[in-house]
Parts: sequence; C-alpha cells; structure tokens
Amino acid sequence: MIYREAGQFKTSYAADQAIFPIVQDRVLVTLGILVAFLVPPLVADEYWLQAVLIPLVIYALAALGLNLLTGYAGQLSLGTGGFMAVGAYAAFKLTTSFPALNILVVFVLAGLMAAVVGIVFGIPSLRIKGFYLAVATLAAQFFLIWLFNKVPWFVNYAASGTITAPPRTVFGVMVTGPLATAPVRYVVALGLLAVFALVAKNLVRGRVGRSWMAIRDRDIAAEIIGVRPLRTKLLAFAVSSFYCGVAGAEFVFLYLGSAETLAFDITLSFLVLFMIIIGGLGSILGSFLGAAFIVLVPIFLTNAPHHVGLVMPVALQKQIELMVFGALIIFFLIVEPHGLARLWQITKEKLRLWPFPH
Amino acid sequence: MRTRILLGLAILALLLGPLAPAGSAQTPGSKEAFIPLLVYRTGPYAPSGIPIANGFVDYFSLLNERDGGINGIKVAWEECETQYDTKQGVECYERLKGKSALLVNPYSTGITYQLIPKAPVDKVVVFSMGYGMSAASDGRWFPWVFNFPTNYWSQASAVIRYIGTQEGGLEKLKGKKIAHIFHNSPYGKEANPTLEELSKKYQFELTLLAVDHPGQEQKSTWLQVRRLNPDWIFMSGWGVMNQVAVKEAAAIGFKMDHFIGNWWSANDSDVVPAGDGAKGYKGATFHAPGTAFKVHSEIVKHVYDKSKGAGKKEEMGTPLYNRGVVNAMLSAEAIRTALAKYGNKQAPTSEQVRWGFENLNLTDKRLDELGMKGFTHPIKVSCEDHEGSGPVLIQQWDGKKWNLVADWVPPMKDIVRPKIEAAAVEEGKKLGYTPRDCAKEK
Repeated sequence: MIYREAGQFKTSYAADQAIFPIVQDRVLVTLGILVAFLVPPLVADEYWLQAVLIPLVIYALAALGLNLLTGYAGQLSLGTGGFMAVGAYAAFKLTTSFPALNILVVFVLAGLMAAVVGIVFGIPSLRIKGFYLAVATLAAQFFLIWLFNKVPWFVNYAASGTITAPPRTVFGVMVTGPLATAPVRYVVALGLLAVFALVAKNLVRGRVGRSWMAIRDRDIAAEIIGVRPLRTKLLAFAVSSFYCGVAGAEFVFLYLGSAETLAFDITLSFLVLFMIIIGGLGSILGSFLGAAFIVLVPIFLTNAPHHVGLVMPVALQKQIELMVFGALIIFFLIVEPHGLARLWQITKEKLRLWPFPH
Repeated sequence: MRTRILLGLAILALLLGPLAPAGSAQTPGSKEAFIPLLVYRTGPYAPSGIPIANGFVDYFSLLNERDGGINGIKVAWEECETQYDTKQGVECYERLKGKSALLVNPYSTGITYQLIPKAPVDKVVVFSMGYGMSAASDGRWFPWVFNFPTNYWSQASAVIRYIGTQEGGLEKLKGKKIAHIFHNSPYGKEANPTLEELSKKYQFELTLLAVDHPGQEQKSTWLQVRRLNPDWIFMSGWGVMNQVAVKEAAAIGFKMDHFIGNWWSANDSDVVPAGDGAKGYKGATFHAPGTAFKVHSEIVKHVYDKSKGAGKKEEMGTPLYNRGVVNAMLSAEAIRTALAKYGNKQAPTSEQVRWGFENLNLTDKRLDELGMKGFTHPIKVSCEDHEGSGPVLIQQWDGKKWNLVADWVPPMKDIVRPKIEAAAVEEGKKLGYTPRDCAKEK
C-alpha cells in the first residue's frame, strides 16, 4: 500500500532512466544517505566510529570493487588484498614524497596505481577462466605482499617495515594521522564511498556494465555481438582494482593509522570475497549488505553475552562466536543462495502487494 | 499493522543494542584501578598467549586476595580476545578504553604500532614490555609509551656480547659467521639494524634470513643455513615458527648450544615438540624461569589454593608465564608509585599512572619485598629513558626445564642509545611530534 508506484507517470526518458525511478525508493535512499552522513558523527561515540562504522564503510568500498569484477564481469579474483596493498603503499609513497598534495587526490592517484597493477595481473584472464583465474590472481596476492615486504623502498626504509599515516589536512581539517578525529575520518570515508558507489551504479547501468555482464554470461556470445573481450575484461580489472586501491589507502590512512603487509594478507581477500557472496553477486546493494554482515555480526556476537549478563571465559566466547558466525553464513546461503540483496528484492516485491497479496 | 511495525522496531533495537560495548564507564575517583588485558587464548599464537595471560591474571588476583589490591585499591581487569590480530586488537582497545583504562599491554608488535599514535590522544599508557617499537624508548618523543626493562636492540647487543664471551672476547668475533633468522614482520625485523651495525664494528659476517608468517615452512631457510654453516644462530621467532625452527636445527644437526632465541623464542612450547633434539637450545630472557621464588609460592597459597587460578598449577613457571607475572608486577608497581605521590584514596588517573611509570624505581630491596629477588633485575625509568637498558639473562633447555647459564649480560648502551635517539627523531617526526624538554619535568 505504501510501497506502490501507481500514479507515478514518467513523461521523459530521463525520468524513466533514473537510478531510482520510484519516488519511495528515492525518498528512502536520500533519507538513508542523510542519516548516514549526519547521525553517526553527532551521536556515535569513538568506539562505534572507530571499531564499527569506519571499517564498515571501507570494507563496503572494497566489496563494491570486487563485485564489479566478480559479480558483474564474472572474473573470480583472490587478489583483493594485494590490490588494496598497492593502494595503501602507493598512497604512503605519494604523500611522503609530495606532502603538499591533497590527501584526497593522493587516494585517487593511489587507486589509479592499483588500476595499472590490476590491468597487468588481469592479462591472464584473457586465456584462463573460473577457478584457474582465481589461482592466477592468488599469485598476484602473494607476489604483491612479498614485494612490499622485500623492498624497503616502499616503506621509506623504515626498519620495522610498517607504513604510518602522516598527519594531513583537507581545507584546514585534520583528516589523517593520530590527531584526526574519528567523525572526520568517518565522513571522509563515507563521502568517498558515496561518490564511488554512484559512479559504480552508473557504470553497471550503462554500456560498460552491459558488456561486462555479457562477458560474464557467455563470452563467446558476447564476442559475436561485438563486445571486445580484451578491453572489457581489462577494464573490469582496472576499475575493480581502482576501487580496491582506494579502499586499501583508506584502510591505512583513515582506519588503522599504520599497517604492515600482514594487514593485507590472503585472509583479507577471502573476507571481501565472502562479503560479496553473502551480500549478493552482481548487486551494488549486495556489496553494502555483505560488508555490514561480515563486520557487524562478529562484533554483535562478541558483545551480546555481556548484555544478557552472561560472563564466560574469552577463549570459549571466541570459539562460540566463530561457530555461530559460520552457522549464520551457511543459514543465509541456504535460505537465499543469491545473497542478502536478493532477500531485500523479495521483500520489496512482497511490499508492493502488501497488505493485499494474491 | 501498527503493532507489527512497533514490534519490528523493538526487535531491531534489541539486535542493535549489543553492538555497543557493555558496561558503563567508570566514574573518576572509583575505588578500582581498571586494566584492560588484550589476550590471545585462541588462534595460531594461543600456545604463547595463554601462559602470558595466565601470569597476568594470577598476579593481579594475588594482589587482590593477599593485599586487597594496590595500596587498598583493587585491581579490576577485563580480558579481550585479539587472536594476535591487529584489527581485533584495535576493536578491543576501543571497547575497553572507555572504562577509564589506565594502561594497556598490547602483547603484539602490530597492535603496539597501532596504539602508539593513539596513546597521547586518549591518554592511556602503552606498556610494551620488551617488545613494540624500539625507538619509543626515547621518552622525550614518546611520553606515553614505555618498553622497559629492555628492548630488542639492547637484547641483540647483549646476545652478541654473550656470543663474544663464549668465543673468548668480543674481538674474537672477527670473521665469525652469525645468522639472524627472523619472523618477516615488524617484530622480527626490529633487531636487524642493530645487528648490522654490530657486524660492522666487530667484523663478523651477518646473514639475515627471513621466515614468512606463520613460519610452518622453513625448509629453504635451513637449506641456506646448511650451505652457510654459521657459527652462531640468533632467532627472532614467534608462535609456531619457533618449534619448526628448533626441529629443523636439530634435524640438520646444528650445535644447539650455538642457537640462541630471543625472549619470544624460548618457551617450553618451542622446545618440547623437538624432543631430545632441542637439548642445549638457548634463549635470552630478562627474568628467571621456574617456580623457585617466593612470589610463586604466594600465588599458589593465595590464588590456586582458593581455586582462583587462571590456569593449571603445574603450568606455572614457564618463561612466558613468568613474563606475564613480571609484566603485571611492573604495571602494579608503576601504579603504586603514582599512588604514593598523589595520595592513595582513590584510583589514579591515567596521567598520574604515566607519571608513576616514568618515575618507577624498582630497587633490589623492593624486589625482595615482592618475593622476586633474583627473579628479575632492578630498574630505574626516567623521562629520557623509557627502556632502562636492562641486562639480559641466557637460559638453556636441558630436555626437561630451562636453566640459567650466564649471569646478567649488560647491553651495549653506547651503541644502542644513539641509534634509539636517531630513530626516535625519525619516528616522532612521522607522527608530527615535537620532543619535550625533560629538564622542565618534575
């Protein structure tokens, strides 16, 4: 009754092609964005921002990047951690070499650097597919991490091999470094996510996204109708790596503050892959939902026993947490193999008929 | 319909509630001194993490049970599981710091590096006892970070001095081959610059061999060792890497008494899997192994006999358990120092505890009172020096237990301290710090 498009007439092509053609969706999304921008910085305490929301926003960007590659273009990648590391180390080298450069520009340049690396490691995708491609991207993951560990130039010859986010300001506000407050870092991360999500949404609706999906669904058929596999696949790798690179730079500069290569190891790649599988392959919304699931559920499970007054040894609690988390993943995949995004879509369809279903 | 929506909202609120950390913040002036404990009782590093955590908890329980706390102020603590993972460690820290945490012991170099920039902002003392960033030993640049009784660079120099005495003098090191096998992480790399400088000074041939995390696979490393045939091996390992290395060394028949682990590479769990092959393996430490000290019998009497022990009584006295005890004792003594200055009516603030750390003067007499005479070394911390350049002991595994084989070996302060000061400038500038003037501090 509430969620129904009856009476909404589209009188122009532009209105018909809008991202959210239905008024209710527009209102909901606008409200959601406003709430995300305004409420947490004013209300949330440092724990919420630093331990929950900032990682959530950054993981969502990384998941978005991987979803473009794996969900839309059908190229399975296990190199996400490596590409994020490229972004992080590139941002570190750039901002320490050119301290005057605006840090937001540095993030974008770092993303471009990751895109170049992504293209190089995407070349094998022209010949190999599926699981074999996953193994090839795994090589990227291991090689890149090894490289950053091995060559001290990347860490400016720091004896410890860690990179530290130096203090940088944007329009006089401290954005990175120890004195940057959590609300500022959150708003910056969220702003970048909002911009890049909009770009991604428009990419996948347009010619580029359609050619990616054509390649994903059947590459020979796509080739016959005039989609060039070389350009399309490499473009998918480039765009995806760009997103992952920016996320990696944010990971160090806005979230961790300093990092070693271990922060970008293979578990990170798997984590982001799980996010898009649980959230929904080939869905922008799914990237957000998956990131939320993977970030929020463990924290929820860690804190839940305290709230009901249950005190147990930390080791036992951690093990229970891992078991419940695993069980939840399996539950959601059985209930809806197409991910949380599909669940939301079903809910929307139900809502259209509600309260008078057939 | 409306009730349904309300019900839905109520369920949502219930689900979101636990996302926030439990427990209200303590009010200042409370009767309890709160210390968050970042532990890892699960995951790949649990064999190392469990004894440390147990040592901590047992010593704090002893203080509460026997003395009613520190000068009458009870010690309160809460464990948080990090699995030795940096991201989880930061989550733990953020969750627990709100309960007016006085100090934090990260027990991971990765987490320590995360917390160092936060320490002056949040006003929480980071006490990385014998680990973390060596450069933080310069208290002028890093007022909130402490890593006494000694750091990795001092340790490396003390081990080289020990090797020198075994060879018959430091000048005899010339031409000798020494290999450093290290965990390929910030932690493992810490000792490298000092070793490189010492190799120049004493003209021994240094080979650096990195082992990647987690260190299960070391065949290629030990193939290199066989080819190189070094006179001595020094190792900076952690977790499963240690036992694999000790096994590999035994398998290639390396002289085990020429194989020295640093203080994170010489626990029971590192040598037991190698069986008899591990006999003779040495390790550096800054406290004695075993349970032959008064503090241990007190812990048994006041904690284990009341069945309040964190672990099993038989597991007391391993090097890492004792390290937990020493760490808890140093934390408690720093708080006691603060209480003595600022009056002991209520829990100190973290600024007062920082003062307590900086002015800690642990004498032999005080150690005797604590039942720790001969257990660890006296220490004096100052504004400039947060490390204390404490001396190092060498322990050796005899197949059943660890025995001390050398008296306290002093580090080469003349070499290490200038390096620390130079590194502190570099690390401090990275964070945009300016040094403070210690002459102006009271």
